[in-house]
Amino acid sequence: MPEPPAFASQFVSVPHRDHTAELGMWLFIATEVLLFGGLLLAYFVYRHAFPQSFAEGSRHTDILIGTINTAILLTSSFLVAWAVEVFSPATVRIVTWLLVGAACLGLVFIALKGIEYSGEYDERLVPGVDFQFGGPLANGVQLFFIFYFVATAIHAVHMLIGICLLLVLAIIGRRAPTTRHHAALHSAALYWHFVDVVWIFLFALIYLPGRASS
Amino acid sequence: MSEPNYLTTDYTLQSWFLTTDHKRIAILYFASLIFFFFIGGAAATAIRIELATPQADLVSSDVYNRLFTMHGIIMVWFFLIPSIPNTLGNFLVPLMIGARDLAFPRLNLMSWYIFMLGGCTTLFAILAGGIDTGWTFYTPFSTLYSNSYVIVAAAGVFIAGFSSILTGLNFIVTIHRLRAPGLTWYRLPLFLWSLYATSVILVLATPVLAVTLLLIATERFFGVGIFDPRIGGDPLLFQHLFWFYSHPAVYIMILPGMGVVNELVSCFSRKPVFGYKFVAWASLAIAAVGFLVWGHHMFVSGQSLIASLVFSFMSFVVAVPSAIKVFNWTATLHKGSIHFDAPMLYALAFIGLFTIGGLTGLFLACLAFDVHATDTYFVVAHFHYIMVGGMVTAYFGGLHYWWPKITGRLYSEYWARTAAVLIFFGFNLTFFPQFILGAEGMPRRYHVYPPEFQVWNVLSSGGAAILAVAYLLPMFYLGYSAFFGARAPANPWNAPGLEWQTSSPPPEENFETQPVVTREPYQYNEAFEAEPQNA
Repeated sequence: MPEPPAFASQFVSVPHRDHTAELGMWLFIATEVLLFGGLLLAYFVYRHAFPQSFAEGSRHTDILIGTINTAILLTSSFLVAWAVEVFSPATVRIVTWLLVGAACLGLVFIALKGIEYSGEYDERLVPGVDFQFGGPLANGVQLFFIFYFVATAIHAVHMLIGICLLLVLAIIGRRAPTTRHHAALHSAALYWHFVDVVWIFLFALIYLPGRASS
Repeated sequence: MSEPNYLTTDYTLQSWFLTTDHKRIAILYFASLIFFFFIGGAAATAIRIELATPQADLVSSDVYNRLFTMHGIIMVWFFLIPSIPNTLGNFLVPLMIGARDLAFPRLNLMSWYIFMLGGCTTLFAILAGGIDTGWTFYTPFSTLYSNSYVIVAAAGVFIAGFSSILTGLNFIVTIHRLRAPGLTWYRLPLFLWSLYATSVILVLATPVLAVTLLLIATERFFGVGIFDPRIGGDPLLFQHLFWFYSHPAVYIMILPGMGVVNELVSCFSRKPVFGYKFVAWASLAIAAVGFLVWGHHMFVSGQSLIASLVFSFMSFVVAVPSAIKVFNWTATLHKGSIHFDAPMLYALAFIGLFTIGGLTGLFLACLAFDVHATDTYFVVAHFHYIMVGGMVTAYFGGLHYWWPKITGRLYSEYWARTAAVLIFFGFNLTFFPQFILGAEGMPRRYHVYPPEFQVWNVLSSGGAAILAVAYLLPMFYLGYSAFFGARAPANPWNAPGLEWQTSSPPPEENFETQPVVTREPYQYNEAFEAEPQNA
């Protein structure tokens, strides 16, 4: 069987192809920054308008799960960075396990998120489904929780896509690691780190307001 | 039969629907856009027929709302935004930079499928009963009161947005990484500078629309008041988020047209574009400043006076690079050897109509005048001069100019000129009376009006009939030419651009050998004329 060409015909070399792919991923991240940026803008406008409600809403979030999830995601990003660093034909086993490990941590994150959601459902804090909150701050707290659910749900969708990417790379990389897989892994890692960074912002905006001063 | 080209390599259906060839994907887009153009055009026709008389004699107010919403949504997102970038841009970007294809050919095909998915979703919303919010989806009407298919339509636009983003991303990466040896940034055709600027807007503005539509859909679906004042939500926040995308989107809808006009004016004056660097950077300046003017859509919304003043000032600032372009085209014409071929007629029409549209934009940037003109036909006329008089005219001009390259056939020059002249007169007759109507106070989005406005409305509807015929004409003569036209030479316009240095239509791999660029663009008057024509 003829060997498939190492790179598509619009490129002149393997590094040319890889740099092009990387630029594409950076641009995709730029577009994602603006996607979350619009959401964060809405958050800041309402937090500015209802500072006490947002602090109150924040105090009703589960900071324990939030903090554990932050640690999990940072660890997962570390594993992916490690996999990119050590990638070579000789390290297929370790790269595979690192990627599987990172994906599993991602799944743990999603599972904990689900537990957190069900806790909020029990506390009747889900706007549009079951929201009961007394007192003068109720409306602002509802806005806070709308933002909370929309932002974390969009983030979770990004997580699921990232988990699929990591698992696919783990599987195909196991068979025949090539420079192409390295480039793909590099781009997927950029994406995974980006999703991680988004979470850092969300963590600070969702869990921390109103914690220091009650 | 001549040597194989991209059209003749394979005739199977799957060779079209699974192609990764940028030229074939351009054709897929082209066919889809014709379809959407006629749907949007049909709605416009119904609107103009209704407005021929002051009474409501064709449709009810509710149906009228759905008609202009359908016209707006289809024309903006499923015709104007993808028009030049996804057809001419897709076809020409690799050819103009001497590349084999775009950087991500499969992503390019995927963007067409996403576009069609978004288009079909929107069509479904229309067939199911339509949307009555206007193309702007303003809250709280769209979230609390409208009984139409807002979520489905918003989903369609949301999906189509990803197609825009992927196309923009592909163009930026391609222009950065795949230029032929010797093709420096200042040797790029100006069409590519404007497509680059357009792509930057596509990549950075579209996601904000995506998240805004997502919030609208969430609010409607779950009945939560993100923009509902009753729980402290802010309807104005929606307008800010919407126009943060939709004003830059106006530049998505005009920059590619400006790019095409550069090529046409230069070719048919046989001169390089005057002030190349100014025109090139003007595109990027428009893209950058265009992000800072969205508040001029909201002068009467109740935003603060300071905000209005700043947005008014920035709107004047963004006119400067646009004016630079108009002056430079005029200077390019100066002492040029001007040929009035059909593409040039479209280019000249563009310059005139865009100038009127741009200058009336300055009227509207004035706070005091805008209060009078907001939501009147003056605004309608203004943006149609930019989008239809500007972008659609440039699209037709570009289509004629590159038609021999795309199809390998020549069209009837007589009919092409006839259509160009008819479009110019039909367009002006349709939309100039609307300036007068607007100045006299006729509001937009009503299907009835006081009888004293009838004269201008009848003129406008009459012009629309001419315009409709003029837009239908190319269907016939270009369609005829695609199958029965005379074979086109590789370089029918004797132009120096790289896309003319390969055969017409180009082979699947674009160039037999990798081109190397050794000179500045638009060298019409120097060594080039001395070379023998490839014909």
